[in-house]
Amino acid sequence: MVALIDKILEPIHKLGLFALERFQALGRAGLFLISSLSWGGPGSAGFKDLVIQIYSIGVRSLSIIIVAGFFVGMVLGLQGYTILSDFGSQSALGTMVSLTLLRELGPVVTALLFAGRAGSALTAEIGLMKATEQISAMEMMGVDPLKRIITPRLWAGFIAMPILALLFSLVGIWGGAYVGINMLGVDEGSYWGNMQASVEFYDDVIKGLIKSLVFGLVVTWIAVYQGFNSMPTSEGISKATTQTVVLASLSVLGLDFILTAIMLGSV
Amino acid sequence: MRTRLMELAVGAFIVMGIIALILMALRVSGLSTADAGDKYTIKAYFENLGGLTERGKVSMSGVTIGRVSKIYLDTEDYVAVVEMEINKSMSTLTTDTSAAILTAGLLGEKYIGLTVGADIDYLEDGGVIEDTQSALVLEELIGQFLFNSAED
Repeated sequence: MVALIDKILEPIHKLGLFALERFQALGRAGLFLISSLSWGGPGSAGFKDLVIQIYSIGVRSLSIIIVAGFFVGMVLGLQGYTILSDFGSQSALGTMVSLTLLRELGPVVTALLFAGRAGSALTAEIGLMKATEQISAMEMMGVDPLKRIITPRLWAGFIAMPILALLFSLVGIWGGAYVGINMLGVDEGSYWGNMQASVEFYDDVIKGLIKSLVFGLVVTWIAVYQGFNSMPTSEGISKATTQTVVLASLSVLGLDFILTAIMLGSV
Repeated sequence: MRTRLMELAVGAFIVMGIIALILMALRVSGLSTADAGDKYTIKAYFENLGGLTERGKVSMSGVTIGRVSKIYLDTEDYVAVVEMEINKSMSTLTTDTSAAILTAGLLGEKYIGLTVGADIDYLEDGGVIEDTQSALVLEELIGQFLFNSAED
């Protein structure tokens, strides 16, 4: 009788354990974030590390961001022109391209590319540090690995992401202009003029920046956490890298909906 | 040497970000850097604005010469008051200039079109345009049409 009850209760027990584990992981990730965010500011020992990390996360992502931005802008110009010319309002092409890029595609596509390009590299790097016991060695020497490894990377992601997103949107708008004006014959004045009339600096540019700040923090957070908590084996690292890209992409898309809802709701 | 290059690259990266932000502000969102010094304000009273908004264009013969700076309701006469900032270079608007609320295209936004008159005096800062024509409101037009056809 007892055995039967145990058998019935077992799935419930497992479900509870599963939920508890998720909550515990979330709590651990939260504590991890809080304890690695505090930073001495410029001039402190970690500043040099921060510069190195901005270089490897931000500067080396520039080429992919700029090329992707240009192509996304060109496609938007092409698609937008076809749709808008049905309504005889090709002159709104600049408005459409710029608002789409600034509000949505700039922050989101940059964050997705960032997760693939920089996030996975971060996870693999930290995971490998763990597998080769560099992190344990640091702890033995009395160096806090959170401060030494995680903090500069988190801040670098936080700083680099908005800049990358801005450049993405900017290049995209010029890409749209190139296709619209030079190839499809939209009037140059109406492209820029209508864009300037309808894009608001605070409502569109700054809100897009806020989005990319949030995405930058979330993507880097997931990447370093996954690396730091990976199994120190080659299989564990590959799993953690995959997890980073999957989780980061999903969180970016989910958060984007929430952020958009908040921003549009508070107009 | 290598860290120097790296620092240079990061510096350039951050400067690029700042330049991008400035370009966004000036070129894309059209925040104007022009100060109030080269503008003057005139007023006009309208029965109905029909969807004119602040920052709307003020144009003459299709050329933009200013922007709508403020819209409010005159609580004594219950008419809409539109304040417009006009570029100083267009300081020769005569006192009998007329203003009409027009629509850009079929579905476009509302703007104010000015037509210059023949008077010899010019509007000054704070001057009022007397001759105004309200926006065409489709419902009123249809109502009028139905009223007239019922009379016939």
